[in-house]
Amino acid sequence: MAEPYQAPAPPADLPSATRSGPGRALIAVYAVFALAATARSAVQLATKFDKAPLAYLLSAVAAVIYIVATVCFARGSRTSRRVAVVSCTVELIGVLAVGTASVLDKAAFPDATVWSLYGDGYGYVPVVLPILGLLWLRRSGRSRP
Amino acid sequence: MIQPLATALLVVSLIGAVWSAVLLTLSRPVGKRILLGVLGLVELGLLVQCVAGIVAFATQHRHVSGVTFVGYLVVALVILPAAAWWSLTDRSRWGVGVLLIGCLVIPVMIVRMNQIWSSG
Repeated sequence: MAEPYQAPAPPADLPSATRSGPGRALIAVYAVFALAATARSAVQLATKFDKAPLAYLLSAVAAVIYIVATVCFARGSRTSRRVAVVSCTVELIGVLAVGTASVLDKAAFPDATVWSLYGDGYGYVPVVLPILGLLWLRRSGRSRP
Repeated sequence: MIQPLATALLVVSLIGAVWSAVLLTLSRPVGKRILLGVLGLVELGLLVQCVAGIVAFATQHRHVSGVTFVGYLVVALVILPAAAWWSLTDRSRWGVGVLLIGCLVIPVMIVRMNQIWSSG
């Protein structure tokens, strides 16, 4: 029998509390979305920008937000966490707004973005992720210096 | 694209995902090293697939988006090493959670690659 994992040692400081435990997995998911959204918007902007400028610019905005969130969660300092709260909030508003807009006005979104139909093409992870991010910031920041 | 290899990589990475999920639930690092070894083999397979895919794209003149197809082939190579690194720097059970995510991303990318390749 292998030894059980070390009991979660009380994280010494805020940055390690932010990036350990479930935060570890959260950052990994954010990194995947940062990569996916960046790659997707880079291809869209470079090869077919004229086809759906609005959708592609929103893809690029989403990519930037995912990158900022990934970096901020991984850094975990007081300032980074504040930026992460803002970027998760913008992300949640963005996915809800773009999701609703893409349902109401299909013509404006002839090609999918990460946030179209509430992240339908990505297993609806985009709509859940900012909520998990905000919950994690709340939990990991509790009663710590 | 080597079709049997794509299928094998898809199946093995899904097995890796189940394995990671079990380790995450047990909260014991049983066989984490073997799991990392298996993921190393998957990475090797992805490397072969990447080369074969680029060669096939260059020689077969299919009507597929080259940037997207080659992008998927190349980006897929980054996932597992990054997941392994991010997993190993964490000693808690959640390190395995990171491997689980990596193992789920690979099959999705392989399915997308197949869709792009067969659309041409």
